[in-house]
This record gives sequence, C-alpha cells and structure tokens, in this order.
Amino acid sequence: MFKATPRASGYLRTGYAEDFALVGTRLERASLLVFMLVLLLFPLVASAFQLDLACQVFLATIGSLSLMLLTGYCGQISLGHAGLLAAGAFTVGILFREAHAPFWITLPLAAVVGGVLGVIFGLPSLRLRGLYLAVSTLALHFVVIYLGGEYESKRGFSTGIMIDPPAIGGYEIASPRVWYFILLSAVAAALLICINLMRSRTGRAWRAIRDHETVAEALGIGIAGYKVLAFVISSAMTAVAGALFAYYRNFVSVEAFSLFLTIQYAAMIIIGGMGSLLGALLGAVFVTVFPYIIEAGLMALPGAQRYANMLFAVNYAAFGVVMIVFLIFEPLGLVGIWRRIQSYFLQWPFKHRTVGGSRK
Amino acid sequence: MQLFVNIIVLASIYALIACGYVLIYRVSRVLNLAHGELMMLGAYLLLTVGSTFSGHPFFAIAAAVVLSACVGILVYVFLMRRMTGEMVLAAVLTTIALGILLRGLVVLIWSAQVQYPIKSLGFVNESLALPGGARVSIFAALIVIVTAAVYGSLFFFLRFGRWGVRMRAAGQNPLLAAQRGINLHTIYALAWGLSTLTGSIAGMLMALDSGLDATMIVIGLKAFPAALVGGLDSLAGALLGSLIVAGAEVLLIHYVDPLLSDVVPFLVLIAMLFARPWGLFGTREELDRV
Repeated sequence: MFKATPRASGYLRTGYAEDFALVGTRLERASLLVFMLVLLLFPLVASAFQLDLACQVFLATIGSLSLMLLTGYCGQISLGHAGLLAAGAFTVGILFREAHAPFWITLPLAAVVGGVLGVIFGLPSLRLRGLYLAVSTLALHFVVIYLGGEYESKRGFSTGIMIDPPAIGGYEIASPRVWYFILLSAVAAALLICINLMRSRTGRAWRAIRDHETVAEALGIGIAGYKVLAFVISSAMTAVAGALFAYYRNFVSVEAFSLFLTIQYAAMIIIGGMGSLLGALLGAVFVTVFPYIIEAGLMALPGAQRYANMLFAVNYAAFGVVMIVFLIFEPLGLVGIWRRIQSYFLQWPFKHRTVGGSRK
Repeated sequence: MQLFVNIIVLASIYALIACGYVLIYRVSRVLNLAHGELMMLGAYLLLTVGSTFSGHPFFAIAAAVVLSACVGILVYVFLMRRMTGEMVLAAVLTTIALGILLRGLVVLIWSAQVQYPIKSLGFVNESLALPGGARVSIFAALIVIVTAAVYGSLFFFLRFGRWGVRMRAAGQNPLLAAQRGINLHTIYALAWGLSTLTGSIAGMLMALDSGLDATMIVIGLKAFPAALVGGLDSLAGALLGSLIVAGAEVLLIHYVDPLLSDVVPFLVLIAMLFARPWGLFGTREELDRV
C-alpha cells in the first residue's frame, strides 16, 4: 500500500545484500541500539502499573502482528481474532487443569491448536472473499467461545479457570520484571518472524494475493496453499499470544474474549496503518494505552467520582469516535502520519517527491 | 404447539431485524454491523419520547419511529457517505465503530439498568391463550402482525413504488442508475432510513414485550445469519432464512442444550456459507470485492 520511502537521503544501495539488510544506515543502527537499551532499562525505573501496561502492550503487539500478517499483508479479512486468542488461552487452561502440563508442553500445543484452527478458519477463504469471509470467521469466533464456555460450565469452573504461574526448575515466574523480559523477547521473536516472512517468497506471495488474486494466480502462485498458510501462521501466533495471556493473568475465562476484543485488534491494525508491521506496533500501543488516557483525562475533570461507574461507557464511546476519525480522515493510520513527517524532512526543501529518478 | 408458537415469534423478530440488513446490503452493498445498536437506540428513543410527552402512547410510538428513521438518514449523511468506494473492511469497520460509539452513548444517556418502556407508556402486556394450549403475550403476537405488515408494505414499495423501483435500480447497477438521473445519495440515505426504521420497530416491540437493556444487541447480531441464509439481497429470502434459523434455534434449545442459544444461528450460517455462500434466494454474485 505504501511505496517504500528512501531510508537514507537518497537511494544509496549498490547490491541486493544491502537491499535485503534489516538495518541500512548508521543512524538506523544507532537509533535501534538506543531503542533497545531504553526497552531493556525501562523495568528498572518503571512503577508496577507501568510494567503491567508494558506487558499488556507486548501481548497486544503479538496479536496485532499476527492479524496484520493475515489482513494487512495477505488481504484476508478476519473477524475471529478473539476466538483464536481464546483457543490459545483455553488450551493452556484445559491442559493445566486436566493434566497439570508444564508450559513447555502447553505453549507448543497452543500453537498447534491455533494452527489447526487456522486451517478451519482458512478453508472458507478458498471459496469466500471479502465480506463473506469476514462473516464466516465471525461465526467461527462464536463457535470457539461457545466451546470454551461449555467446558467452563460442564467442568464446574463457571467463573473461570485458575492457572498457576509457569515454573522453570522449581522457580516460579511471577515477578512482573521477569514477565516484562519474557514478553519482550516474545514480541522480538514475533517481529523477527514477521519481518523474515515479509522479505521472503511467502511474504511476496501474500502481498501479490492481496493486491490482485487473479494476477497472482497467473504468476504461478498457489493461491489456496498460501492463503491457508497465512491463516495457519497467523492463527498459531495468535494462539501463542492467547496462551501467554493466560499465563500472565493466571486466569482464563470466556468473558475476556468477547467480540469487542476482536474489534480492538481490528482497530489496532486500522489505527496503526494497514500493510505495515510498524503500524501493527503503533496500533497495539495506541489501543492498549488509550483507555488509560481516557481514564486519566476523566479523573482530571471536576466531580470525577460521579463518572467512575460510567467509565466503561465513556471508553466505548471515545473508542468508537477515534476509530471513526481514523477510518474517515486517516485511512493510512498512524504510519501514514509518520511517513508524511518522514518524507517532509527527507524531501526538504521540496514539497513533493520526485516522480522519476531515485525511485524506491 | 408452544414450540411452534415460539418459533413463529422468534422468526418474526429475526425477520423484522433481518430486513434492515437486507435493505442496506441490497442497495449499497454495505454490511451494517451496527444494526443491533441502531435498533436498541430506537427502543431507547421510544423510552424517552414516552416519558417526556405524556400524550397518547401511540403518538409517542409514531414520534419515536419517525425519529429513528431520521437517525438512520443522519448516519448515512454524516458517516457512511464518506465511506463510498472504500474497501469492504473499512466500511464494515466503520459500522462496527459506530456500534461501539452508540453502545457507550446509550449507557451514558440512559444508564445500563434494565428499563421497561411499557410502564411509561401505560400498556399492559397480557398473555393470550391460543387454541392447542399455547400461550403468547400480546406484544409477541403484535410482533408477528407487524412483521407481516412491514414485509407486505416493503414488497409493494419495492415492486410498485416510484422510489422503490429506484432503490432496486441503484442496487442492481449504480452507474447506470446514476446516469438515468437517480440521485444515489438520496437512495442510499433512504435505504439507511428505512432500515433503521424497521430495525427500531423491532427494537421497540421487543422492549415493550420484555424490557430493554444492552443484551438487545446480541439479538440484532443473531438476526444477521437469518439475512445471510436467505440471501443478503433478497427480502423473501430473509423471511425464509429467519424461519430456518429460528426453527433450528428453538428446537435445539428445547431438545439439546439451552447454552446453544447464542451459537445456533452462527452454526447455520457456517453450514450455509459452505454450501451456498450467496444464500437461498440471493443472486449469485462474483464474490470478488476485496
């Protein structure tokens, strides 16, 4: 959806290896190092609340990255994201309750369950497109949620399933700081997987399918295989995110995976910016932090206590407004804003990008 | 016999809601996932109108119905008009965002408690005995009658009415319709108005029958499979689809498991999407709209 902006002030690459490299310029390398340092040092200075918020952002990021793979890159609309998260979380919950399985069994199994569900979610995509596909994933969401609820009520966990924190060799992972680093490395892994998928054959095939299915097929891309593959990879990642969520919260319940969660994830990739991994990150941060900003803003108003029980309604309304504003006024999302700022400085003192010459 | 009556009542509720989905989809190919919320808004409008103007209750109902049609038109003019020609996902997400906004606003304005507009209007909801030992409440019976009336008038409107013919034309071929001098924006606004109107009538009747709170949205969402099973652009299909979905739901709840209530419509939907994605009576379109 975007033309890649030049990352240096000009197109200075001379070989494919440079074109392929993750980090192009010295400035990029330096800023990446600073960014990583900040992320690593953050838990030393952060309060408990800030740590929790950061962990929530990380969990949301894994989910939004996987949805971005599917919807932003492969063009397959999915409204079943909460169902997949629930599947991952319930895999952990059920395995823990029934077999006391440790996390190194439950996490891979959650990925497997996610992958199998991905095939189920993905099969309709071979016949259905656009709206109809969205509807079929929406329907599957309800089925997954129903199965989860059925398990809860049949086994007598009607309020939810409690899970002990995961343990490595007798050491229980319960400290927020440890969780911060675990989730941070999970996000880094997910991001690397996505970046590598995107710069390889699979990613190119997905983007071709998104841009024009018939042309992609004519170019010799196996549409069916790649579509299902997109669903499988995305669902497996989502399920792992759900499983991590279950461990992080020590609690699984169907109430946490309502349709609203799906909408939040869809909002993340819309607000962040379609077809961009950076967009998935920005969107996840924005959507996760947004309710807290609203809460802080509302509490700053006079007579705040009166609004306290209205908070969720205010959140809903404000969230709806923000989504509408982005959809109408900034369809490219936060990434679009970021790219505009970037290209303003790159092109300065010119206002418009040159048409010929330095393409890319 | 009671089961049969339940199926008929539920089917007419679904049918009355589903025709809103069908109207908008048929004319503008947009799926309105905020229909449940708009329907709830209509019911709350009745609550407000009924409690502020203590005139005749039927006057209040008429005023609320007109107001809800205006809401639908406003939604189109200020929101959906800008989404013309955008991606399918963008348009659907806009309606979802509108739904979330409405959900929040409704709680902010009217609070989240269960309300009973029937009290402020001063009706009594008695239970009627039908032959065969079945019972049905007055308003449930009214829903069946109103659904029949709405479908009858929609049929005549689309078949013979000047604006109805224009609506069908706009739905079949927007470009050609626009070239023949049909104002597409007016038509789309009309479709949104009509759709919200029928949805709101359903919402009001349900609120009068059994009280009003945010769970109504779920019913609105469950009516969507009914619309799709029948074919998203066919009114007759919506009627039959509602009957199928309601029948499956009532029977499965009765014989298998009450918890199934929320999934049955979607199970029917999945089965239909696998077999005939365009529905029973829908026109088979190229499903290539991404």
